[in-house]
Amino acid sequence: MPAPSRLDARRRRILFEHIEAYLFVLPAVILVGVFDVLPGFAAFLMSLTRWGIIYERFAGLDNYRAVLDPAGARFEQFMNSLGVTVWYVLLTVPIEMFLALVIAVVLYQGTSGRGAYRVVYFMPYITSVVAAALVFEWMFDANFGLLNWAIGLVGIPAQEWLREPDGVFGMIGSAFGLELQGWMTGPSLALVAVSIFTVWHFIGFQTVIFLAGLTNVDRELYEAARIDGAGERQIFLRITLPLLSPTIFFVLVLATVGAMRSFSQIFVLTNGGPLDTTRNVPMLIFQTFFERTAVNGIGLGAAMSFIFVLIVVAITIFQFRVLGRRVFYG
Amino acid sequence: MPPRVLAAGALKHLILVAGAVLTAFPFYWMVTTSFKSFAEAQSYPPVLWPTVWHFENWQQAWEFPTTLWARSFANTLGIAAVSTLGTLVTAVLAAYAFARMRFRGRNVLFAIFLLTIFIPSEATLIPNFVLITKYLGWYNTYQAQIVPFLASVFSIFLLRQFFMSVPQELQDAARIDGAGHVRFLWSVALPLVRPALITVALLNFLASWNSFLWPLLVTSSPEIRPIQVALVPFSSEAGTQYHLLMAGATFVILPTLVVYLIAQRYFIEGVARTGIRG
Repeated sequence: MPAPSRLDARRRRILFEHIEAYLFVLPAVILVGVFDVLPGFAAFLMSLTRWGIIYERFAGLDNYRAVLDPAGARFEQFMNSLGVTVWYVLLTVPIEMFLALVIAVVLYQGTSGRGAYRVVYFMPYITSVVAAALVFEWMFDANFGLLNWAIGLVGIPAQEWLREPDGVFGMIGSAFGLELQGWMTGPSLALVAVSIFTVWHFIGFQTVIFLAGLTNVDRELYEAARIDGAGERQIFLRITLPLLSPTIFFVLVLATVGAMRSFSQIFVLTNGGPLDTTRNVPMLIFQTFFERTAVNGIGLGAAMSFIFVLIVVAITIFQFRVLGRRVFYG
Repeated sequence: MPPRVLAAGALKHLILVAGAVLTAFPFYWMVTTSFKSFAEAQSYPPVLWPTVWHFENWQQAWEFPTTLWARSFANTLGIAAVSTLGTLVTAVLAAYAFARMRFRGRNVLFAIFLLTIFIPSEATLIPNFVLITKYLGWYNTYQAQIVPFLASVFSIFLLRQFFMSVPQELQDAARIDGAGHVRFLWSVALPLVRPALITVALLNFLASWNSFLWPLLVTSSPEIRPIQVALVPFSSEAGTQYHLLMAGATFVILPTLVVYLIAQRYFIEGVARTGIRG
């Protein structure tokens, strides 16, 4: 009877194929498992412990309670950082996206030297944040900085930039004799300075993605619209924007999450100061972990990072719910 | 041409040129300052073009007492090369398997891989730090800076897209000729996805070259620290000697800039492609 042996051969082949496939994925599975999946679980378990320099005990939800109790000092810290995070998103994302969109549309309409412009705009994105921050720190320098000289040319007094904890709205207000109080003084000038660096660093990235989105728009549509007598503004509003809306939405989600989770540029430019006015949530988590380990830093920091993840996810879902349905998918 | 069209064209160029000048200015400022004299670098109002070019500044910055530039560069280069090569191997194998091999648990495994993208690095930083330093005993070693980066979910994801676009007919033909997966991958699929391989290699190399926080945490001695971390003591030692600081910053940025200018097509197209596909 030949049938069973043929079945055996088939089985053997499937078995061999499986072994081969598992060997292919094995190195990646081990590495991703050990350095991504495992630490993810470990971080959650850590948030349920009291753990400073050494592990003390299981603490249930104590850490979450400590961070979320409105009467506690941790709550105030966390809310302050959340405020910084929100301001930072508002100061960077809309400006980056607007400028990148303008540049991309102008480049796409076909100018000479398009490739060269693209190369220049993308340059900051590939440079090291640490080294580029050295250059910006110096341009922001209060005494010899280029920026103070430049604003001096138009009659604005010299500023402290990265060392200035005062809110920008308050500063502008008092220049016009208007005294603002509390949160109305706005984000600190230091945070604005960090945002300027961020916009510079990421604008090319967004430009390139917008350009890629534009090249997917059918050129014939433009020609048809022109033949029908549509003006440039109409073409932009009625054709380019709707057809680009999936890309715009994608960049918005990506940029918002990225801005909320920003760390290195703040770490090297201000380290969270002055007076904690640039200490966003990732910076607070980092400081809680590393500088205050004596007082249950690991447990608290882990709890904060999980609360923060939930906030980021909630905002992303909100964007999908509210804005996602206005996206035109052709 | 009617004047309105001309005006619109002029406006376009004005926007583009202004943007490009602002974008490139920090680079210009960094390099020109690195060649100024100490006094000129500090002069106020600033001097936009060095009156005398002090090329010896670079040598002075290079021989700065606290910084082992050559050693740090070698460290960075070695770490980046090994982790890029490792990532390429693990990513090619896994991406090929996810794209073109049938095995039980494939979809579940791939879903888990994708989920790891959502685990924020702030949360995994501490567990990884504890794992590396306490359980593996790798504090202040090269492997602590290399091994965690030998696999990249992002690279696997990107390469999988490319392997999926390799026509099935090619694989059928190869099978008839008696070529198995290993043979097909090596001599047919890999050459076809070469541009994607270059992109993945460049992006990984760049990420490794620019990585800062992790090596700062897991190392302590200058002999094994990479260039980005070496820049920190250098900048505090150089203090207000801005001409030397800018020379140091140029050392760190220049190599990536050169690689970028040579291979910019792969960088930009890689980002455009991955950006669109998420």
